[in-house]
Amino acid sequence: MSALLEVNNITKIFPKVRANDGVNLVVEEGEIHAILGENGAGKSTLMNIIYGLYRPDSGELKFNGEVLNLSGPHEAIEKGIGMVHQHFMLIPVLTVAENIVLGAEPSGISYNRKKANELIREISRNYHLEIDPDAKVKDLSVGLQQRVEILKAFYRHAKLLILDEPTAMLTPQETEELFGIMRNLKKQGISIIFISHKLDEVKEISDKVTVMRRGKTVGTLNTKETNEQELANLMVGREVVLRVEKSEYNPGDVVLSVKDLTVSDEQNIEKVKNVSFDIRSGEIFGLAGIDGNGQTELIEALMGLRPIKSGIIKYNNNNIEKLPTRERYKLGISYIPQDRQQEGLIMKFSVADNLILKEYKNSQYSKNGVIQYKRVFENASKKVEEFDIRPTDYNLLAGNLSGGNQQKIILAREVGSNPKLLIAVQPTRGMDVGAIEYIHKRLLQLRDEGSAILLVSLELEEIMSLSDRIGVIHNGVIMDILDGKFATREKIGLLMAGSQIDAKEVEV
Amino acid sequence: MKEILLNPQLWSATLAMATPLALPALGGTFSERSGVVNIAMEGIMLIAAFFAVLFAHLTGSAWLGLLGAIVVGMIVAVIFAWAAVTLTADQVILGMAINIFASGFTAYLLNTIFGFSGTPTDTPMLPNINIPVIKNIPFIGQILSGNSVIVYLMIILIFASNYFLFHTNLGLRIRAVGENPEAAETAGINVIKLRYLGVALSGLFSAIGGAYLSIGLLNSFSTDMSSGRGYIALAAMIFGKWTPFGSFGAALLFGFATALSMQLQNSAISKNIIMMLPYILTVLALVGVGGKSVSPAADGVPYTPKK
Amino acid sequence: MKKLLKSIYMPILAVIIAIIIGSIIMLVTGFNPLSAYASLFIGAFGTLPNIANTLANAVPLIITGLGVAIAFDAGLFNIGAEGQYWIGAIVATWIGYSFKGLPWYIHIPFALIAAMIAGGLWGGIVPGFAKAYTGAHEVITTMMMSYVAIYFSHYLLEFGPMMEKGSVPQSPLIKDSAVIPTILRNTQLSYGIFIAIAAALFVYWLMYKTVWGYEMRAVGFNQRASKYAGMNVPLNIVLSLSLSGIFAGLAGAVQILGVQHRLYDSFTSGYGYTAIVVALLAKNNPIGVVFSALLFAALGTGSQYMQLNAQVPGQLADVITGLIIFFVAADKIIEVLKSMFKKQKKEELAS
Repeated sequence: MSALLEVNNITKIFPKVRANDGVNLVVEEGEIHAILGENGAGKSTLMNIIYGLYRPDSGELKFNGEVLNLSGPHEAIEKGIGMVHQHFMLIPVLTVAENIVLGAEPSGISYNRKKANELIREISRNYHLEIDPDAKVKDLSVGLQQRVEILKAFYRHAKLLILDEPTAMLTPQETEELFGIMRNLKKQGISIIFISHKLDEVKEISDKVTVMRRGKTVGTLNTKETNEQELANLMVGREVVLRVEKSEYNPGDVVLSVKDLTVSDEQNIEKVKNVSFDIRSGEIFGLAGIDGNGQTELIEALMGLRPIKSGIIKYNNNNIEKLPTRERYKLGISYIPQDRQQEGLIMKFSVADNLILKEYKNSQYSKNGVIQYKRVFENASKKVEEFDIRPTDYNLLAGNLSGGNQQKIILAREVGSNPKLLIAVQPTRGMDVGAIEYIHKRLLQLRDEGSAILLVSLELEEIMSLSDRIGVIHNGVIMDILDGKFATREKIGLLMAGSQIDAKEVEV
Repeated sequence: MKEILLNPQLWSATLAMATPLALPALGGTFSERSGVVNIAMEGIMLIAAFFAVLFAHLTGSAWLGLLGAIVVGMIVAVIFAWAAVTLTADQVILGMAINIFASGFTAYLLNTIFGFSGTPTDTPMLPNINIPVIKNIPFIGQILSGNSVIVYLMIILIFASNYFLFHTNLGLRIRAVGENPEAAETAGINVIKLRYLGVALSGLFSAIGGAYLSIGLLNSFSTDMSSGRGYIALAAMIFGKWTPFGSFGAALLFGFATALSMQLQNSAISKNIIMMLPYILTVLALVGVGGKSVSPAADGVPYTPKK
Repeated sequence: MKKLLKSIYMPILAVIIAIIIGSIIMLVTGFNPLSAYASLFIGAFGTLPNIANTLANAVPLIITGLGVAIAFDAGLFNIGAEGQYWIGAIVATWIGYSFKGLPWYIHIPFALIAAMIAGGLWGGIVPGFAKAYTGAHEVITTMMMSYVAIYFSHYLLEFGPMMEKGSVPQSPLIKDSAVIPTILRNTQLSYGIFIAIAAALFVYWLMYKTVWGYEMRAVGFNQRASKYAGMNVPLNIVLSLSLSGIFAGLAGAVQILGVQHRLYDSFTSGYGYTAIVVALLAKNNPIGVVFSALLFAALGTGSQYMQLNAQVPGQLADVITGLIIFFVAADKIIEVLKSMFKKQKKEELAS
């Protein structure tokens, strides 16, 4: 039996990044094949290529023995490839039926509601995917919405179904239901590609698993023949970590104390579940985890940008849960946000104006409402020199600087104020080696001067080389807090993927 | 007051005043449902009104005048669509630009082609239609019969639009494009093409509305004769929750206010206060009084297809 | 300097293209563009009275334009500047004729300030709060408020509380103590021009040198980052729309006190929508607004002269205005044309 899908040596290059580098994948008929990998491993890119949203730069895609040259998703759909995105492509105000048949409506000019509903009920029955065709999508639970997405694929006679992180938004019960559906589909000869970073799920449901790392496929294994540890190793690699020279670890008093913090998102799904941890002065606490496991919501709650459901946040022994964001800044908390262009800078403001984005109301920069530009420029000149921001003209608009220099502006602003607590999210994202080195040096310097730092990063190397202690978050829960000196990639990888294996039992 | 309300003139005037609002409102529904805010309808109406007179005069036929108006109106609409959808320029500013241009251009042409005496008085008009049996019914007959052919066309278009938008596959796709263009694209729908269609339809309807003003109600063109109806139509569309029937209902309300104020020339309740009401109501509707008026989710947001 | 040139090159290009297309339209309809533009220029700047009238025309455009620019800077479209202008005019007129015995240095500021407050409320209360707290689009709300203001003025003037005794729907003349004197006799140019310039300088100072301006611009550029920096976004939205209304109201007041001296019953002042165009061309820069307003004021006065002397209909000015804005908005056209040129060149080189 020849394979249903063959991916041969696919390469896709984006500016500055080899998203897919000689990727190989084989999926048989009636097989559930998991793709495992960290952020940036290239999983989504590969799926988008298979689905026709991207064109590969080189390599070959074969489906059902036929070489594919897809001009768009509609062609992939025609061939029998269906995809359920992580972020649903649904239209809330329309009904289930309308969403499913959109683009391939039962023939005719008029919308044949009866026919559409009939067809959907039939598919529902065949694949055991119960749903009410007339329900409005916005009234459905997340699990049911996902079902609509799956039905979309089968309405179009998909033989291969790609599920991109399908359990990210589901409750445990919904996840079990989904797995039941997947097993049923497998029995009917449908092949499923299942993208995940959760080891337990991969182990439970898949027949084969392919691990990707940094754009390459590093191994394809029979799920039954491997274990979580081996998979975690493949996922994060065994490279030697370049540790930066760190001075002695001498933590002081507790600066930030988080107890039983629970935070929900806009859909009222708990993203942070009873999280507790402390950070002391003179310490870097690294929060490791795969994107989407609650880090964003946790940080937003800490900064007052998102309301909390329950729990306590104490800063220097004072409760700050209800404090507005600006007050938190005034207390000496600094924040380097995840998205420098959307959250950290005003692109159309000058460098100098961006440098005072948090402090423009302080008496040193404004008197009676008038901004004292002499002081602003003095500050700008100092910071530009100290943090090596280029070009040195601080009247240039921030949008004209390179990404690395933009980050330096944020750094200069947040670090330069000598904060007692610095929350840094992805501080070196998208920067070159030299800039990364510089930022790491500054962070360590801050730590040595007594600041407490909460470092959130998707780069394990960064976490491991800088952190004194490492907390690993998975699915909104802190799996464990490790000592920075003894944490290994394998241990962290396991925890990141949700494995409950005791860190002690892991071979180093 | 009672005499005024019982005067059938009031109600037929309501219908007549509502028509040049309902037509662009209807058109706006298509445009906005596909995701494009078409503020330029005012300008399109005005241009259409002028060219209706011009072509009617040149060809001697009001119908050809209507046709000419529609063609020109749709050309302007397509230019707007190109700038707004393909070039993703700001839709509000573009709309205003077209309106200002239209005001000046039509007045300019009016003076250069017809001179300062205005459009010729023998310009053919679109006919009024007297419906055989209905016209004899007391009171209602006077309202329903004898209106301009455009009024009846409008009624047909309202029903047709409602059917098209909510009961056909193409209508479904248009609505999808205005709610979530990304989802529509992954379903294989050409977002750009459908947005052009939505804008073109709004141009078509606005043009008919404009022609009605110049060769339906009257038989002449005067500067700025659209008097903001294109903007009011937007308000009617919002008030009518972006549906054909709703827009028509809102247009009737606005038309009623105008007609009533015409009757109340010398009465205690100043006509001007009456005229204010529709606008105040629109603001209330926008703010959420009486249920949130939700626009299509992707309305006014330019979309660039992936690759 | 280079930065200045770079930022005005696009608007100037738009003006040039608009003038060219205007010429084509004139040629097609049988006019000589050169003589038309020449008389346009003379009408605007040819004689001292003409220059004075152009400047006078620029006054309401500058002040209202500033108001619109402030809103744009905060990311908001104040299409209803016209209505706020009317409210300011109404209030200024009423104060102008209702109080006697006040010295001018009390009467005038009183009228101006009251007009500003009224305009500010008209823009800030309903459209401002609606936008800030319900997301209601300010394009429609401000426009609706405009119509309400206009009909309100009609109500007041047509046999209403503000009508002068007699049969003409207009208000009584304002008292002499409320009049802003004319600078040049037989022209419309009043000392209001200084108010306009002062307003421009004030707005420049406000937007670029104060904390409020800093916040409004930040919110206008990037609401998310502003929120992250701790700013109160809804408050700034209300503030911007209010400020915008304040200036539109001031414009109405200055026009009444300096030029018209009473309120007439009309449908439009013609300034509200042109002000939007003024602000757009000036890219919201207060100093730019002054020059942009001058341009459109010149188009206005010049076109009247052009109509009389070159027989070219004055509405050509609107045609050109519309075209200018179209090209400013669709400035991507320039980029598209540029890239088309480049592509052609590449193909030529390759072949």
